[in-house]
Amino acid sequence: MTADNGKVSPVWAIDIQGLTKSFGNSLALRGIDFQVGQGESVVIFGPNGAGKTTLIKLLASIMNPTSGKILINGRSLKDNAEEVRRQIGVVTHQTFLYSHLTGRENLEFYSRLYDVPRRRERIDEVAALVGMKSRLHDRVGTLSRGMQQRLSIARCLLHRPSIILLDEPETGLDQQATAMLWQALWSAGESPTIVLTTHSLERGLALCERLLILAWGRIAYQGSTRALGLDDLRRTYQHCVGIEP
Amino acid sequence: MRFLSKALVITWKDALSEMRTKEVLSSVVVFALLVIVIFNFAFGASQEKMLLVAPGILWVTFTFAGMLSINRAFIPEKEQGCLEGLMVCPISREAIYIGKMLGSLLFMLIVEAIALPIFTFLFNLPVLSLQLVVVTVLATLGFVAVGTLFSALAVNTKAREMVLPILFLPIVVPLIISAVKASELALSRESWATLASWLGIMGAFDVIFLVVSFLVFAFVIEE
Repeated sequence: MTADNGKVSPVWAIDIQGLTKSFGNSLALRGIDFQVGQGESVVIFGPNGAGKTTLIKLLASIMNPTSGKILINGRSLKDNAEEVRRQIGVVTHQTFLYSHLTGRENLEFYSRLYDVPRRRERIDEVAALVGMKSRLHDRVGTLSRGMQQRLSIARCLLHRPSIILLDEPETGLDQQATAMLWQALWSAGESPTIVLTTHSLERGLALCERLLILAWGRIAYQGSTRALGLDDLRRTYQHCVGIEP
Repeated sequence: MRFLSKALVITWKDALSEMRTKEVLSSVVVFALLVIVIFNFAFGASQEKMLLVAPGILWVTFTFAGMLSINRAFIPEKEQGCLEGLMVCPISREAIYIGKMLGSLLFMLIVEAIALPIFTFLFNLPVLSLQLVVVTVLATLGFVAVGTLFSALAVNTKAREMVLPILFLPIVVPLIISAVKASELALSRESWATLASWLGIMGAFDVIFLVVSFLVFAFVIEE
């Protein structure tokens, strides 16, 4: 962040400073510091329990940090939570969709909460983007897991977020559905900042510009994905985490 | 206005979900009718006896039917992973509370609107009076104000169906006692002045617990 005539101008899309999170006596995150530039895509790797999901939940303001600061586009998440949430889209392995409502009703519900202008048109637009326009009138509970996840991406894109948080969004999907999911997400065409957590080293390496390896609540490694091949990444991961990816 | 419109969007979603599944209304209405019918058979047809026990029967029915309804306020959100979906939306936690509370209030009032005429018919008592309607609305408002908060608290526990009554019922005892006493007076066709003190207690309970629940809901839902 830079100060200019008393005005704070955002440099980082995400700026995390000294972030810790504890659950009782257990420390999930132990003083995380990292920044993500505007339009940059970052993948976070790590074994189960490393703190990936906790980090995403903190960034999405689903939970509060024990200590430390999160700035989103230069604004404190703690002090401007509602305004900052408007800039964030979240896709996790849970779809956040109501199974008894149709796809359109779900998207209508979220578009009202996000004050999306020209709701009907925007819902059609994002549904077409994920290839779900013809299934909008079906109840979500009757759709396959892959289709539900595509609708979840449509939900995430509804309000044109500048930052997208993806927490293992491919969980439970077969290879074809996973490929379709990434195609839908990356064809959104509005170059948002992306933070992705995944267990797939290959996919993370292919999709993102920068990578982080989290181990025991700390950043064990960070660097550009361009400098690493898949084998290098496997070795680095094993070195940082102590187990094979 | 924006706050209220967001809360109403959540209420609209809950009502739409309920219209599709009828999970809460069907089970709660059946439960309420069952209790009324069982008590009707248990106490016979003596008008004098009925007048004595009717307020208690009415509020036992509404309390336990309400428990079923309140229990379901956050469970579907949690089961479908949608609670986090609401939490990432640009709305205050308090709007979530008001939206869910209004949904529960709507469901309970519908159940009461169905149960009261049947109660009148089976017990042959003047239940459908303005006084009793006011008592019912005031007691129900306080009930759902506290219930929605405790439902959010219990939903993150393992034995959530057990935890909710244990936490919730002791808190609403003063409200239920006031409702029973006020209902007794209303059924005896006493004046509004006689009812005033009980209505005052219920009104105060509603205001206090609405404000407290509104203020602490964010802490309950976030941690």
